[in-house]
Amino acid sequence: MTATTTSNEQRTTNKFLTLFASEYLVLALCVLYFTALAPFAEGFASRGNFGNILLTLLPLFMLAIGQTVVLITGGIDLSVTSTIALTSVVGAMVMSGDNGWLAGNPLAVPIAITLMLIVGGAVGLLNGIAITRLRMPAFIVTLTTMMFVSGFAVWLTKSKNIGALPGAFTLIGNNLWISLPLTAVVAAFAHLMLSRSLFGRWLYAVGHNNRAAYVSGVPVAGITCSAYVVSGACAALASVLLTGQAETGSPVLGKNLLLDVIGATVIGGTSLFGGKGKVLWTLFGVLFLKLIDNSLNLLNLSDWDIRMVKGGVILFAALMDAVRNRFVVRSS
Amino acid sequence: METTNHEQRTTNDALLSFRAIEKSFFGVRVLKSVSLRVRRGSVLGLVGENGAGKSTLMNILGGNLRPDAGELLLNEARFEPRHPTDAARAGIAFVHQELNLFSNLTIAENIFLTSFPRALPPFIARRQLRDRAAELLNEVGLNLSPDTLVERLPAGERQLVEIAKALSLAPKLIILDEPTTSLSARETEHLFALMQRLRERGVAMIYISHILGDVLRLCDDIVVLRDGAMVGNGVRAEFTSERMISLMVGRELSQLYPKRRERGDSVPLSPQRGEGWGEGWERHETQAANESAGLNHPAPVTPPHEPFLGSSRRDEAHASQPEKDQSLVTSAATVQGFEARNFVSGNSLPVERRGGPEALLELRHVSQPHIVRDISFALHRGEVLGISGLMGAGRSELARIIFGLDAHAGGEILLNGKALPRSGPRARIQHGLAFLTEDRRHEGLCLEASIADNLALVALRRHARTPLKFLSTGTWREAIRTMRAAVKLSPNARDEQAVKTLSGGNQQKVVIGKWLVAEPRVFILDEPTRGIDVGAKFEIYQLIHDLADRGAGVLVISSEMEELIGICDRILVMAQGEIRDELRSVEFDRERILRAALLDGARTVTSARTP
Repeated sequence: MTATTTSNEQRTTNKFLTLFASEYLVLALCVLYFTALAPFAEGFASRGNFGNILLTLLPLFMLAIGQTVVLITGGIDLSVTSTIALTSVVGAMVMSGDNGWLAGNPLAVPIAITLMLIVGGAVGLLNGIAITRLRMPAFIVTLTTMMFVSGFAVWLTKSKNIGALPGAFTLIGNNLWISLPLTAVVAAFAHLMLSRSLFGRWLYAVGHNNRAAYVSGVPVAGITCSAYVVSGACAALASVLLTGQAETGSPVLGKNLLLDVIGATVIGGTSLFGGKGKVLWTLFGVLFLKLIDNSLNLLNLSDWDIRMVKGGVILFAALMDAVRNRFVVRSS
Repeated sequence: METTNHEQRTTNDALLSFRAIEKSFFGVRVLKSVSLRVRRGSVLGLVGENGAGKSTLMNILGGNLRPDAGELLLNEARFEPRHPTDAARAGIAFVHQELNLFSNLTIAENIFLTSFPRALPPFIARRQLRDRAAELLNEVGLNLSPDTLVERLPAGERQLVEIAKALSLAPKLIILDEPTTSLSARETEHLFALMQRLRERGVAMIYISHILGDVLRLCDDIVVLRDGAMVGNGVRAEFTSERMISLMVGRELSQLYPKRRERGDSVPLSPQRGEGWGEGWERHETQAANESAGLNHPAPVTPPHEPFLGSSRRDEAHASQPEKDQSLVTSAATVQGFEARNFVSGNSLPVERRGGPEALLELRHVSQPHIVRDISFALHRGEVLGISGLMGAGRSELARIIFGLDAHAGGEILLNGKALPRSGPRARIQHGLAFLTEDRRHEGLCLEASIADNLALVALRRHARTPLKFLSTGTWREAIRTMRAAVKLSPNARDEQAVKTLSGGNQQKVVIGKWLVAEPRVFILDEPTRGIDVGAKFEIYQLIHDLADRGAGVLVISSEMEELIGICDRILVMAQGEIRDELRSVEFDRERILRAALLDGARTVTSARTP
């Protein structure tokens, strides 16, 4: 029958569309990119390089989890990198062997980490309150928070790095056997909270339609505010890893990460318009971005070359997201 | 009479003619062969209830809609507008009821938005712009600089800017849709004087208004629409306010409403499409027989506060007709299995179900400056209470105040006898209040989210387990399944499908469903059937009755008077932020409702105020 050929054709296009609309598209692209570049970039597929990729991927992923939560509500958190710097400095000031408040105290490391989390959460809380109570746009609130907090971090340290951090602390960032499970636990918890908890459902509802959520009795202000607190806390955790890797508390730590975080989250498929996003998607996005970063480094491309490529990839991801949305709408 | 001469002289001088215009939406005929004529230099008054077809007719003229059949003639030539600019080019200008101005631009920029005078393209001739704007403002009697930003103007002055904008096109025909709703008395007088001048210059106008006194004063010809058909057409001298009202409402119930379930009636509420009218009729007959024989219920006693007993006016109207006349039955049963409620004596029900003395929701002297004034009423257990009135009468605003979305300055709102906090919907939802908003897309649904997520939103809290509030998926899914069945959501729709892909009726069912999951004791529905097809309407009416039968109180706000008469036990009529009249079901009378809503009835106000 004549219908057979058309239905066959249809099936292949359908398969293509399914893959295209699938949430594993970015993972598929990672695999594709890796296999395509492995022969050219020397050492790309080596075991040592995997370790390298993971080490730099984990803090970025941690940071991106928080960003995902904020983006789901339809907001944005530009202050995360400065939160990294501030918490890095605060933690180092507590536990540094070089004039730290608790230098030599066996509880210095847990206290320092707790304080870092509190400071990160507090920055998020300030953002959240300004956005919900004062009804200011998230963009300008977190932008100004970024300026203020990074300035504050520099002021605290008189623009100096704080070294001599305890070995127990630096190990967290440097040893994959610690940092990997830590990040995995945080990610799994975030995933469960987003997909299975009341908080998660409310978060998506707020992102989809703020007004309707409010009318339906969702505590919109509280939910929005807590998204920024989560983001601040995630930034603090990322700071624990990054500070450990740098082995110094630095007021400029993580200052180049901002676009990577937002870019990776968007590449994963989390929408900048709110209501859509998953921890798993963000993981794929972070992986993809890191693969590009790493491979281009190995190819000895200069920093600006890498930036141009990354900019192009993020733009392309945003375009893909728009196109994918259109297909999903049409097919349903 | 001068107008008569004028009329004779210009009888054949039609500027615009509608000829046998037909239009249907979703199989519902909203315009039924409408033919009318606008004479050069005359004002045609177009009146009719909300939904009578006035807007559809004007949308066809404006090029927003295409007629299914019939034609338009402009200057005796066929006129087929496909786009709003076609109408503008043909010299037809619209002054819309809702304001379409850009508040961030100046008056002059708004007026000439589509036709900026250019000096040397692309640059705007600013002086010319300002001068011409000033001329137009002078003409409409607005004494303001053309450089004033529109955001600084009150609603009345914006309306005048809107009119100036229409005049900037030097139109031959102007359509004014309720232009005086936001004008002060002085501004209204100014507008009328302007209309008089325009008419003398030969400009024709179509004037749409609910204020019948103004229509009589301004218009040369009057056309009355009802249910999409023209029911009155003639020169002004043939009309009075009373006649227009009776033409606007003079019909039998043309819509069908479900019968309210009898107490203890085990027959399923849903209408079986295959089931004939006769069965439902017989059911009712046996019920009535049982009741009269005292088998089912004790003979109802009528306490003085019980407003819902006794035979209704509707029943009286039909009592004169032979009840078992087969031809009557078949003609009414055009939709099989649907029962017209006015044939059903829904009032012979036991006291406690039809609004017993227990007040679920009570308002005491609720006021908010410029919005509502001194609103007091009670909604009882098992009662369906309607609020009628024109748009802008304060109905939706009142509902928003009750639900805590907007503030109120004075008075008390009591739910189950306890005063509610001043604002915020959360506490109210926990106390058993539910609110279906007028704006389904912006306040009712998360359009991009799935059906399941939308249905679960309100009652989600109940399925969360401490300490981290993880959801127990089993009970949650179960609740969604039950609710899908209860609201008869289309079985083709998957749970995870985005709500925006559903039809309007199914979307509305999702909103109703999400509130029903929370098992509300008081449900406020603002325009529950707007933009919904007839079948879904019927099912929504059933849900309302079902809810009341289970002991909830239902407050229904609607612009469709017939709908309220069809489903309510009692109706309040609002106008200008006040309750102007209250009708018990025995008193339901379209003319009385319309009069209370339309006429500036000082008499009804005082009578309604006396406790």
